[in-house]
Amino acid sequence: MSAAELSRRGFLKGAGSLAVGFALVPALGLRDVAVAAPSGKGPKGSGPGHDRQLRVDPVTHAGADDAWLILTPGTTTIYSARVELGTGVQTALTQIVLEELRLGLRGVNFVQGDTILTPSASTTGSKSIQDGGPLLRQAAATAYQALLGLAAEDLRVAPNQLRAQDGEFVVIGSKRRVSYDHLLGKAHLLLTSDAMAPVVAPSNYRIVGQPVSRADLPGKAHATFAFVSDVVVPDMLHGRVIRPTGRNSTFSSITPDSLARAQAIPGFVKVVQRGNFVGVVATSEYAASVAAAPATGIVVEWEPGPALAPQETLDAALRDPDNHYLDYTDQNVGDFATAFAGAQRQLTAQYFSPFQMHGAMGASCAVADVRAKPDPVTGVQATIWSGTQNVYGLRGVLAALLFGSADDVEKVYVRYEEGSGCYGHNGADDVSADAALLSQAVGRPVRVQWTRQDENGWEPLGEAASHDLEAGITGGEIVAWHHRLYALTANSRPGANNPGTVLAGTLMGFLPNDLPNNSHDSSGRNSPVTYDFANVLTDAKLVRSFNTDPASPAKATAPLTYRFLRTTALRSLGGFSNSFANESFLDEIAHATGRDPLRLRLDSLSTDARAHAVVAALEPYWDKRPAGGHGIGAGIAFHQYEVAFTYVAAYVEVRVDPARGVIKVDRVVVAHDCGLVINPDGLRNQIEGNVIQGVSRALKEQVTYGPVNGTAHTGVTSVVWETSSFHPGPQYSVVRFDEVPKIEVILINRPDQPAWGAGEPTIGTIGGAIGNAVFAATGRRIRQLPMTPDVFLAAPTE
Amino acid sequence: MPTPLTRNLIVNGRRRKVSVPDDAEPLLYVLREQCDQRGPRFGCGVSQCGACTVIVNGTVTRSCVTDLNTVPDGASIQTLDGIGTEQRPHPLQQAFVDQQAGQCAFCINAMVMGALGWIESRIAEGNRAVPSRQEITDYLSGAAPGSTLNYLCRCGTHTRIVEAIHSGAAQMVRERVKR
Repeated sequence: MSAAELSRRGFLKGAGSLAVGFALVPALGLRDVAVAAPSGKGPKGSGPGHDRQLRVDPVTHAGADDAWLILTPGTTTIYSARVELGTGVQTALTQIVLEELRLGLRGVNFVQGDTILTPSASTTGSKSIQDGGPLLRQAAATAYQALLGLAAEDLRVAPNQLRAQDGEFVVIGSKRRVSYDHLLGKAHLLLTSDAMAPVVAPSNYRIVGQPVSRADLPGKAHATFAFVSDVVVPDMLHGRVIRPTGRNSTFSSITPDSLARAQAIPGFVKVVQRGNFVGVVATSEYAASVAAAPATGIVVEWEPGPALAPQETLDAALRDPDNHYLDYTDQNVGDFATAFAGAQRQLTAQYFSPFQMHGAMGASCAVADVRAKPDPVTGVQATIWSGTQNVYGLRGVLAALLFGSADDVEKVYVRYEEGSGCYGHNGADDVSADAALLSQAVGRPVRVQWTRQDENGWEPLGEAASHDLEAGITGGEIVAWHHRLYALTANSRPGANNPGTVLAGTLMGFLPNDLPNNSHDSSGRNSPVTYDFANVLTDAKLVRSFNTDPASPAKATAPLTYRFLRTTALRSLGGFSNSFANESFLDEIAHATGRDPLRLRLDSLSTDARAHAVVAALEPYWDKRPAGGHGIGAGIAFHQYEVAFTYVAAYVEVRVDPARGVIKVDRVVVAHDCGLVINPDGLRNQIEGNVIQGVSRALKEQVTYGPVNGTAHTGVTSVVWETSSFHPGPQYSVVRFDEVPKIEVILINRPDQPAWGAGEPTIGTIGGAIGNAVFAATGRRIRQLPMTPDVFLAAPTE
Repeated sequence: MPTPLTRNLIVNGRRRKVSVPDDAEPLLYVLREQCDQRGPRFGCGVSQCGACTVIVNGTVTRSCVTDLNTVPDGASIQTLDGIGTEQRPHPLQQAFVDQQAGQCAFCINAMVMGALGWIESRIAEGNRAVPSRQEITDYLSGAAPGSTLNYLCRCGTHTRIVEAIHSGAAQMVRERVKR
């Protein structure tokens, strides 16, 4: 049987779980593709094409040649759909694989997010360990069973006579042994992952549960690691984008004098303009930056468009029925309206959070190489090195953008390269489209490095949100609870093969996807509560981000006209604002009814032992808390991520200068139950990061927008980290080192339970816990983020 | 018209002759594109985050706002690429790994290089005390005597970064006392 006669995918569909002696299609030119990889990355000689290997593929193939796992003598390579976003999943996923393979602690190649080599999945929603871990575990378990069979054959004993450890099999009670490498040197196995392959019992774990050091940190600490911004390909040029002055502004002209000036810049290559998309290409990053700057390069005239809803009245605009396109009920337990009306006492409050940024430390960057025609061997015409969270999603979008048809996905090869931490859907996809368009226009590879102003001004933001909270109280008990959310979308990720889902596409006139038909687990994430109240209603008024078709109110109309800033998934999505509202309001109820805030939560979580346990873990801290008043106080908050997964409770101590309104968070204690802990140190690192980013978002962060430089254009104006004499405009301020609290973490490990995610759950508890602590310290109830001095001083007192 | 410029630099001990068509080109781009350095990174371009930090003739420098024409000919430049290797790490690099003081770790070039320049200059002034955690926090917040440079981390690795600098500084001081 020759390889050419048989499509491997076709073979797999018809095959059992084990095929011996099958020759792979020779590499499909993959080695050639790999040659273009930046140094230190890529398959490292273990990819498809080796003639001696044990390979485990997913049951369902998404890519052309995807695998989960390939073992060759001396080398193990994981092909991970889930990518390392700086959260340590590479290390944790590797631990899971090494455990099942009984390989001991050894280096493993990690190929990630690659539309040729890895299966399809996005890296979102704290799901890499939770969903990706079990898939890789089964792949490794499948490989192990195959190795066990080979070893039994080689040693002529029954498999149950063998014990495996650190890469070799030993016959129990004898000295006879065989190494994996020896077996692999003779084998050629192609398997599909077997969901029934037995896995290691948690009580026997030797690597899972250990604080294994991050695989990527040494390279990052020594500058040998290549971030996406370090990708260099031969013949590469540098591009910059020039965005409209305002959000709805349209291209008018490039002044001829300025074009001549740009053309005279040494290294200038080209100005590219397609609709409202404008960019420049040059031979160096500096030349591109000079050509793109209005003071030294091209000057683009933009026509102002309709203004955005003003920031000063944003809360009212979110509540304005003219901006709503759909009513949605997320959770409806019992009969809220009747119970609320019949309660002895009714409490209500309104909460609000502003737009916030991902604010990656490294401004977004990508490299694209778009050729005039497909490579005759690989069929690839466009290669994009991108920090995207979803290589397959981006592939479809770029196929449509570059080639006019999403059917041309095979022409587009997207390979993940790590950017700086993204915390959700940031500019990584947008800059990839920028690079692809510019590369296509000049016929050479182009690297695009956004400026800080590009990033802050145009990244897709975390959504602003308004909340109405209502509770009915009878006999001191909460008998009715209602949370109404006024929700902009938290999901505008690239997808549906629609070029309008990336910034360059909308600037060229494509429309974004329809707005979502619900807010469940997106902008409405954690608007429902875990508490066992008898009558609960959680609903939402979905807010249109842009003008939509009256006949089909989720559908954008052309020309695309934003009413609000573009919003998408930012760490925990709506969970940060929703839990701030829920947990603050519950604190209001506790104080209004004279109940202890911690015990009210315990009493309301009586049917969920794990929820109860994380709150109870804070009891020793709570019982020794500062008395409150005189500017010093403590607060707590709880939530269960997505009301379905990881449980978190946070205890916060604050110190407030009541005269100046300055809030300082001194101490945070987090109790955290995400089931089985894969890597306790990596988990702590994530939780600490959630706390600190949560403090930053609760106290400081707010996108400002409005008239740009006194013009008729409206857009984001907080385009630097710090207002200064050089940059007198508004700042997007994030936490400084001297604003970081002391952090303690209580991990509740449950080895018998599934491993849940930890990248986002904790952050949702921080805003509420701080607000509640501020109330304890000062008697002021903060119902608005961020809790700046102005907000504090304007807050109502009890 | 832009003024071309050629400079002889010593980057991590190696001579590098660099040429730019415009002498206002920031050192950051020169180091990355002509000297193959990865440590200095583009973060903000306006000296507000620290990602581009290098040490020029012993001085902690934000290379994103340092025009090449302000870098003296023959200047000695240290970058994260050159202060140690994985086999022979600098004490600060070792400490960052030991403390697992990184999440995405894009920013740690800033804290390693800033702390290196700061601690070296303390030692050069005869101050062999290991900086306290509070002093390190103040330094990284731009609130230390003599430095208003702020250092930003977005992942929230601050506590570990301070610990790493503390233990790395202790090792630097120990090594200096031994000599």
